[in-house]
Amino acid sequence: MAEAATNGTNGQSYVGTRTIRPDGVDKVTGRARFGADFNLPGQLIGRVLRSPHPHARIVSIDTSRAEALPGVKAVITRDDFGDQPSEFVPAGEMMMNYKDVVRNVMAREKALYEGHPVAAVAATSAAIARHALKLIDVTYEVLPHVIDVVEAMRPDAPLLHDDLFTAGVEPKPDKPSNIAKRVEIVLGDIEAGFAKADVIVEREFKTAPVHQGYIEPHAALATVSEDGSTELWCTTQGHYIVRAHCARLLGLDIGKVRVTATEIGGGFGGKTVVYLEPLAIALSRKARRPVKMVMSREEVFKASGPTSGATVHVKMGATKDGRFVAGFAELKYQAGAFQGSPVQPGVMCAYAPYDMENVKVIGYDVVSNRPKVAAYRAPGAPISEFAVESVVDELAKKLGLDPIELRLMNAAREGTKAAYGPKLGPIGLEETLNAVKKTEHWNTPLRKWQGRGVASGFWFNIGGETCASLTVNEDGTVSLMAGTPDIGGLRASLSMVAADELGVPYDKVRPIIGDTGSLGFNFLTGGSRSAFSGSMALVEAARQIKADLCARACKLWDAKPDQVEFSHGAVRPLGAVAEKAKPMTIADFAKIAGKTGGPIGGYGRINAQGAGPSLGTHLVDLEVDPETGRVTILRYTVAQDAGRALHPAYVEGQFQGGAVQGIGWALNEEYIYGADGKLQNAGFLDYRMPVASDVPMIDAIVVEVANPRHPYGVRGVGETPIVPPLGAIANAMENATGIRFTELPMSPPKVLKALRERGLGRV
Amino acid sequence: MVLIGNLAQVTGGVAEFRLSATSVKQLFQQLAELHPALERHLEEGIAVAIDGQIYQDALLEPIGPDSEVFLLPQIAGGRSSARPHRRIFAR
Amino acid sequence: MAKHHIEATVNGDAVEFLCETEETLLDVLRDTLHLTGSKEGCGSGDCGACSVTLDGRLVCSCLVLGCEVGGHRIETIEGMAKGEALHPLQQRFLENAALQCGICTPGFLVASKALLEKKPDPTETEIRYWLAGNLCRCTGYDKIVSAVMDVAAAMRKG
Repeated sequence: MAEAATNGTNGQSYVGTRTIRPDGVDKVTGRARFGADFNLPGQLIGRVLRSPHPHARIVSIDTSRAEALPGVKAVITRDDFGDQPSEFVPAGEMMMNYKDVVRNVMAREKALYEGHPVAAVAATSAAIARHALKLIDVTYEVLPHVIDVVEAMRPDAPLLHDDLFTAGVEPKPDKPSNIAKRVEIVLGDIEAGFAKADVIVEREFKTAPVHQGYIEPHAALATVSEDGSTELWCTTQGHYIVRAHCARLLGLDIGKVRVTATEIGGGFGGKTVVYLEPLAIALSRKARRPVKMVMSREEVFKASGPTSGATVHVKMGATKDGRFVAGFAELKYQAGAFQGSPVQPGVMCAYAPYDMENVKVIGYDVVSNRPKVAAYRAPGAPISEFAVESVVDELAKKLGLDPIELRLMNAAREGTKAAYGPKLGPIGLEETLNAVKKTEHWNTPLRKWQGRGVASGFWFNIGGETCASLTVNEDGTVSLMAGTPDIGGLRASLSMVAADELGVPYDKVRPIIGDTGSLGFNFLTGGSRSAFSGSMALVEAARQIKADLCARACKLWDAKPDQVEFSHGAVRPLGAVAEKAKPMTIADFAKIAGKTGGPIGGYGRINAQGAGPSLGTHLVDLEVDPETGRVTILRYTVAQDAGRALHPAYVEGQFQGGAVQGIGWALNEEYIYGADGKLQNAGFLDYRMPVASDVPMIDAIVVEVANPRHPYGVRGVGETPIVPPLGAIANAMENATGIRFTELPMSPPKVLKALRERGLGRV
Repeated sequence: MVLIGNLAQVTGGVAEFRLSATSVKQLFQQLAELHPALERHLEEGIAVAIDGQIYQDALLEPIGPDSEVFLLPQIAGGRSSARPHRRIFAR
Repeated sequence: MAKHHIEATVNGDAVEFLCETEETLLDVLRDTLHLTGSKEGCGSGDCGACSVTLDGRLVCSCLVLGCEVGGHRIETIEGMAKGEALHPLQQRFLENAALQCGICTPGFLVASKALLEKKPDPTETEIRYWLAGNLCRCTGYDKIVSAVMDVAAAMRKG
């Protein structure tokens, strides 16, 4: 960026431009330090012993031989963690119970999934640590296991928890179950709605668990002092949450635990919970030395939290002129070993893009013997919206209506009463549908075995507790400290906001992400909230600085408050005062800060409210190879409402990245379990995520319908992009083959089988 | 006017209330007085939509006399338990 | 078991180190030579985050043993910039926003540089297939591929 007139006195605005991110140079030179790049002198290496069984009672653990191995400095098991009473706490955009957290981190009574931690060691080398694990003797009583959600719901299914009783049903059941919870939303009268329908479509869908797929495995480095002070470096989306969980699980004062979030190599919701962190701290406390722990890729797949696999039943009714009159859905989501799938948001989002009078959605949260679900980008919504968007497409065909026109006819807009309750504020769904309609993509003809599909998507977005500080240094540069880990461009966006608010050049703002000791509580990076909330907190911090400088100017110029104002990077005298005083910039004040009252700074501490939903529409062209069942994505367009794009390139990046994750989910990714309950594809070769040759350029259209609750109109954008691809691709497949695929992923073997069953394709 | 959606399960089916609360905190107090079984749910993770705007953990948010308020499950967030909980380990 | 004593060249510098038989080149780079720019994403050669060149050839350093590189020449991400001057690919990645979390970026830069040195005039398809050995989960590859295309075009203009 050319440096405009100094200190922005010409009104230069950075927000909305494509600045170079301040943390960029370190990332392109390999200098940036991610979780596994941190080391402390004298550190030990920690490794985890994991259950080989998907379901087993842990009868006994004998660690004596491991403890005796030279080089082993500490061994921990369930005995090193006190039990936790039942209490729900936020885990990303879902809730988790501390009683379950302590058991997920280290198994107690039972091993509930293959990969469940049973013990951990810290030793002077990785080789010794691995050897020590082999010397730990665990006696298991292997139990029958269940993984599929429908099977886990059967009354005769193997029971995971004998103290889990289905919540949300009256009367309260007296027998325990794998069904943790039943939730429901109701709007209007669904039976009356279906009675009005001229056309009804009813389908059942099935999806498999998929992993967030971050390239960087979990990593943590802990050091505990003799007085209990703890320092922890870890790759996380929420270091304050890590601090809270670790303090709670290990009986530490929150104030004595200092967590630094390292640079993070992807999270997408999967790094909003703790796995290694409490173990590293417990080992360090026992060994009296720093302990470093890094997961292998296999451990990431087997022991961190993929999203739910699910079974979804949808029934929708419409009148012959295209009005949706009834929408029913029943969602059954896997929670993994402990309760807490994202079925609630899945229920709430299923019909959220549409204005409907009659809706009933029921959801079941079901435990089974696979790793505990963690959040994955718009948790719950891609699954339920995939099912509804598929059925909407079928309705369009039955009614002989264009799929975009049908969606426009029923689109939710400002004032629509959402199916999950409140009336919606301004939203941009129609704008995205119209944007897609106008593209050259939509109007390009296709050939045989090619198909085009469209789908829309909705996600709420959140705000939450946020602290950010701005400090003016002696030379007029500005130090910015934010508290939500930067997963992909946040520091650039926040620096632009600070530069515009204070009227200083962008390259004079230096941002860092502070550790937990440096700022008040920050909720994690998730919920598409970090730019939305962070910028709000910065606006408040900047407001404090501007007010302070105006007050100082009044004293310097002997002026009254209404005779000074801050604009364009300077405090300016007004009226009569302008004859004797000249404007003073931030840098001018910085030089005399000490003499005029002390260092200059502002500290925004808020609970950001007013997050606006982001809606999007995706358009995809694909081609099916009838000989192999392989699907090639030919063309892809994303249109999504960003409210106001602080940094257009990073907003586009969110659209493109989420779309490609959706492509993977739709076409190839799935957890493949054997009959023995063990994961067969715990690596990147067979857990097949999209590579560069699988996808084309992703055209990104940024729509801006300002969010009136944010000073810049910002909406969170990060999550919505993963919601429409599943439906869009399924719809395109139907257009390419005439077959409605209801099971994900639509991988080559499945496609080929479906083609051959219908006598299509060639043998 | 206050609509409580799913929570009607706890109030024996009553889903709509007309209350005179001027803040979210007051609203929760009044609801809990009418139906004590609601209190646990109100503490445990409820978001409030006031005239369409969703608020989470906003006890002091004002409610106007003609506002429509809708209770819905929290989408996320708020801090983890602030309740202090100590276990001393003698290891 | 005694360690191996290895002498090699890394980013133009002569280096000397000891390593166990089972240590990979990636382990040696990160833990012994403290060059943490190459990352371990999978340890099985599937993600490309550990990409380096060995005698000018693009390899996954997690699939090369430390004790194999005696007498050979290794180039890592740390050697890509020359003094304060970023390589055109590094500069272009920044300008195009071709990175979000940045964990895969060193691998992509090393791989892209190897491609352009071998084939200065690649098509978009050739770039995508060459880079198919590098996984990115954040960007969807769009801005990475366009950055490589932009640099190739600029380098051809000379």
